[in-house]
Amino acid sequence: MILEMKNIQKAFDGLQVLKDISFSVDSGEVISVIGPSGSGKSTLLRCATFLETIDAGSIRYMDILAAATGAEGKAVYAPKKDILKCKSYFGLVFQQFNLFPHFNVLKNLTDAPVLVQKRDRAEVTEEALELLRKMGLSDKANAYPDQLSGGQKQRVAIARALAMNPKVLFFDEPTSALDPELTGEVLKVIRQLAEENMTMVIVTHEMPFARAVSNHVIFMDGGVVVEEGHPEQVFGDPKQERTRQFLQNYNR
Amino acid sequence: MSVPTMIIQLAIAFLTTMGIFGLTLLGSLPLGLLVYFGKTCRFRIIRGIVTVYISIMRGTPLMLQTMVIFFGPSLLFHTQVPDNWRFTAVVIAFIVNYAAYFAEIYRGGIESIPVGQTEAAAVLGYTRGQTFVRIILPQMFRRVMPSLTNEVITLVKDTSLAHVIGTVEMFTRARQIAVAPNSPGMLTFAVAAVFYYVFNYIMAFIMSRIEKKFSYFQ
Ligand SMILES: Nc1ncnc2c1ncn2[C@@H]1O[C@H](COP(=O)(O)OP(=O)(O)OP(=O)(O)O)[C@@H](O)[C@H]1O
Ligand SMILES: [Mg+2]
Repeated sequence: MILEMKNIQKAFDGLQVLKDISFSVDSGEVISVIGPSGSGKSTLLRCATFLETIDAGSIRYMDILAAATGAEGKAVYAPKKDILKCKSYFGLVFQQFNLFPHFNVLKNLTDAPVLVQKRDRAEVTEEALELLRKMGLSDKANAYPDQLSGGQKQRVAIARALAMNPKVLFFDEPTSALDPELTGEVLKVIRQLAEENMTMVIVTHEMPFARAVSNHVIFMDGGVVVEEGHPEQVFGDPKQERTRQFLQNYNR
Repeated sequence: MSVPTMIIQLAIAFLTTMGIFGLTLLGSLPLGLLVYFGKTCRFRIIRGIVTVYISIMRGTPLMLQTMVIFFGPSLLFHTQVPDNWRFTAVVIAFIVNYAAYFAEIYRGGIESIPVGQTEAAAVLGYTRGQTFVRIILPQMFRRVMPSLTNEVITLVKDTSLAHVIGTVEMFTRARQIAVAPNSPGMLTFAVAAVFYYVFNYIMAFIMSRIEKKFSYFQ
């Protein structure tokens, strides 16, 4: 078990966005999270990556209990150094890439491993160049982010996350900010990672892609998990009426 | 007074002008960052104090502030101020005033940086300090360079305000020379204007070079 989130609750000024959500990620799993806009998918990822704090519930990464509901019913977080350790277990790929514009591509990849993980610069650089090769971006190592297309930026962002050697990679709609003709190159990279058994959690609106790439699908609506299971079951033979409606609206 | 003597006299006084200018920048650029931290501090009291300070600095004339700092100590404590207090008072007044403007410029620059930058850094495990120094500051400077250039040029001209407390920078010297008997008269002011103009021209050039240095990224 890489990540286990139990009974997660999260509200934004009175609006209960996550209502008692539990989910876990095993090594090698590729999980797709689907659901209508506003159902709490991003919030779930942001809680898992500590960009938001949960109100109640527990978060465990590997052997570290990062947060748990305390005596007063409120979630209590582990000390900073434990949270930092957890952060080395995951990477997050944003919809808007969020590359560092003042660093060139190579430095975007190497800065955090050297600074945060205190790894050897030469070794990190070598690994980073290898990652760029894998992403088909060898010739862009010295380019700055604003000189890249959206698809290239997103592949750099994926490489930046991978440079930390995470155990699980989260994606929040990695292709939603891209022109349609550029989504293919990014989805291809993710598919390639899936074939290499990279553990991933992907929030996406690309249904055919989710069906093809994942081995587990979670359908969220209104802050709860409505249905989950194998993609062939969820997409091919949904048990819940709400899932059926959502997928129908999508296919139209 | 002959014209060459006048020019030399102005040049000597211009050293004081450049001294006020240089020391003000040296002090106010970093102090502005500190003021920015105060303005965005999570403690309400500090935030409140800094907000009031900024609004006074921006809402009253720099000339008046210079006078308050110069005359303040002797009026409050009835003490004799040292001889070099004139120059020191000007520099303190200017630093404290410009820091308020710089703080607001910094704040505008920092707030215009997408929050995704901070979030990406947080996920990668950067501490808040590392994020500020490595990710936010360079992007902030890139964004505020044009505003900083404006302030720098205003500062060159503002140095002439030091005359209110009798600091002999170039403007004061020019006035003294111009009204003296047998002086080159109006020509003195013309030469002073050339000094200001050329210095500003050089500063604008330097700033544009720095701006270029930063423009390797968007
Ligand atoms: N920081 C915030 N402050 C207040 N409300 C928020 C905040 N972040 C999210 N919300 C609200 O929480 C709800 C869930 O948002 P979330 O972004 O998690 O949905 P989503 O499933 O990712 O939707 P989408 O498919 O549009 O990305 C929305 O109603 C949203 O307005
Ligand atoms: Mg979202």
